[in-house]
Amino acid sequence: MRDLLDDLDRWRAAGKRCVVGRVVGIEGSGPREAGAAMAVNEDGEVVGSVSGGCVEGAVVAEALEMLREKDSARVVTFGYSDDEAFAVGLTCGGTIHLFLQELTW
Amino acid sequence: MISLYDELARRLRAHTPTALAVVIDGPNAGATLLVSPNQPTMGSLGDDELSRVAARDTLGELEAGRTSTRHYGPQGQTTPEDLADSPTVRVFIESFAPPPHMVIFGAVDFTSALARAAKLLGYRVTVCDARKVFATARRFPMADNIMVAWPDEVFAVHGDQLSQRDAVCILTHDPKFDVPAIQGALRTNVGYIGVMGSRKTHAKRLERLAEVGLRGDDLARVMSPIGLDIGARTPEETAISICGEIIARRTGRAAQSLSTTTGAIH
Repeated sequence: MRDLLDDLDRWRAAGKRCVVGRVVGIEGSGPREAGAAMAVNEDGEVVGSVSGGCVEGAVVAEALEMLREKDSARVVTFGYSDDEAFAVGLTCGGTIHLFLQELTW
Repeated sequence: MISLYDELARRLRAHTPTALAVVIDGPNAGATLLVSPNQPTMGSLGDDELSRVAARDTLGELEAGRTSTRHYGPQGQTTPEDLADSPTVRVFIESFAPPPHMVIFGAVDFTSALARAAKLLGYRVTVCDARKVFATARRFPMADNIMVAWPDEVFAVHGDQLSQRDAVCILTHDPKFDVPAIQGALRTNVGYIGVMGSRKTHAKRLERLAEVGLRGDDLARVMSPIGLDIGARTPEETAISICGEIIARRTGRAAQSLSTTTGAIH
């Protein structure tokens, strides 16, 4: 999240709502460690990354829906092995758990 | 009142060790605590006792530089008996350790490339040289800090803070400078010490180090000639070779091509 500060500051100054997604767990092989983060603002602007590019597109879609529906924070899972997994997976075969939350704090 | 985010940003920019604890499921999902050693904890996880217990654990994780997920009862219960019949709250604890520090001795061409590569890897970079005309911000705009100083002065300022995550790279080629720099680095807990020079320079340097009483065992920590054997020639290639060696030393890997090895990559 350290790397996102400048962009988050800019968005907050402009009054843009945004969602931050943070990797909270990885099972199997994963390209990024827990704590890797990305953020999406209401205009669809994206900063940071949480994988090697495998799931970012799906995260953006989730984040925009979260902003649109004013959803509460939740964990989303991407990968092949989980029952609740989304259709998107990591090419390396791992499972990634992301915590998505609108930055309201 | 300053927001939790603004305080987080302030602490991270000040390189204050900081951690966030956030409830990731249940009715309080998103509730957040901001924790740093010797500073007031900010925020709440929705229950005072849960906040207190999680703040204590978060401080421990931060001190170990760990990021993890912990399970608690709704009022911060932690024992298996207490948790048996109660719903659990998952708390994600993220530690933001200050960036590692690379201290580079010698304001030469290789320094500029190494400082750029180190910034890419997230290091805070200090460039040191006793020669005022060479150690300038104009020549090393990527450096976080430039010291016109002799090695003793540099280690007097930074030596105590150097840890296993940090690196000292000595690129001076100058015995007046590199011998005291090696001596100073060896007195710290720094994780990586590398010294530039050809094999011939290295052999001569060993003689000079022996003259000041450093030999064999003392020098086991010193990587010299510096870097991995990837055939690097330019300053930029050499910077990659040095950074590769730093990573491989930290992870304990032999730095071979993955295509020639088996087993886990990360």
